Amino acid sequence: MIDSGSADLISGFRPQMLKFARLQLQDEAAADDAVQEAIESALLGIDRFAGRSALKTWIFTILRHKIIDTLRERGRTVQISSFERDEEELDEAFDRLFKDNEHWSPQGRPQAWGDPEEALAQRQFWQVFETCLEVLPARTARVFMMREFLGFETDEICATLVLTTTNCNVILHRARAALRQCLTNGWFGAEGRAS
Amino acid sequence: MMKCKDATHLMSEALDRPLGRGERMRLRVHLLFCGGCRAFRQQMDFLRLATRRFLERND
Repeated sequence: MIDSGSADLISGFRPQMLKFARLQLQDEAAADDAVQEAIESALLGIDRFAGRSALKTWIFTILRHKIIDTLRERGRTVQISSFERDEEELDEAFDRLFKDNEHWSPQGRPQAWGDPEEALAQRQFWQVFETCLEVLPARTARVFMMREFLGFETDEICATLVLTTTNCNVILHRARAALRQCLTNGWFGAEGRAS
Repeated sequence: MMKCKDATHLMSEALDRPLGRGERMRLRVHLLFCGGCRAFRQQMDFLRLATRRFLERND
């Protein structure tokens, strides 16, 4: 028996679930489907959940499995070459931060970010952050999100996506370096702060 | 001395696995002398914090 209170509770999670699914799948329709299916499955078993936080954990676990199924399905069909070029571009941009001896060049050397904690409190910062995630190449984003959003260990990611450990590490490094650069350009750089 | 580019790889991997003793030591020495890599490390830590907060947000 589903009471309306529980249904309300679940629909309250919907925006966050959608955001999560869209970022992972990079596809509105597939994200909508995954969220819808997760909500339907959740409603079937809702009696077992007394507390809000247990319910939230559970519903995101269901969603996570739906997303993984979709990604697995897609992993069999997407051609590797389609995202290799974007990844190369990121690597070249990263390489340009260094001198030939692989130490930072004067222009490339990272500068401390001014008050990052304060950024977390600002709505505009999160828009920049979301955009930075969205522009990552598909595979790079997928590996990064499996690690940081879904909490997989790198071994599990490698196994699921059929990558070597070295490959996984390289992709995670690429994602982090790209996000760092994107946040520097979009927010923490002097020009980004004039708002 | 460890190269900055190699240091960035180690700093990324440190978020995914415990570094070996030798790796930790060499990285620590490098960071002592390299402000650019110290900034990079703080930014890596910030990225992890930000992704956690991102998921907790509800808008």
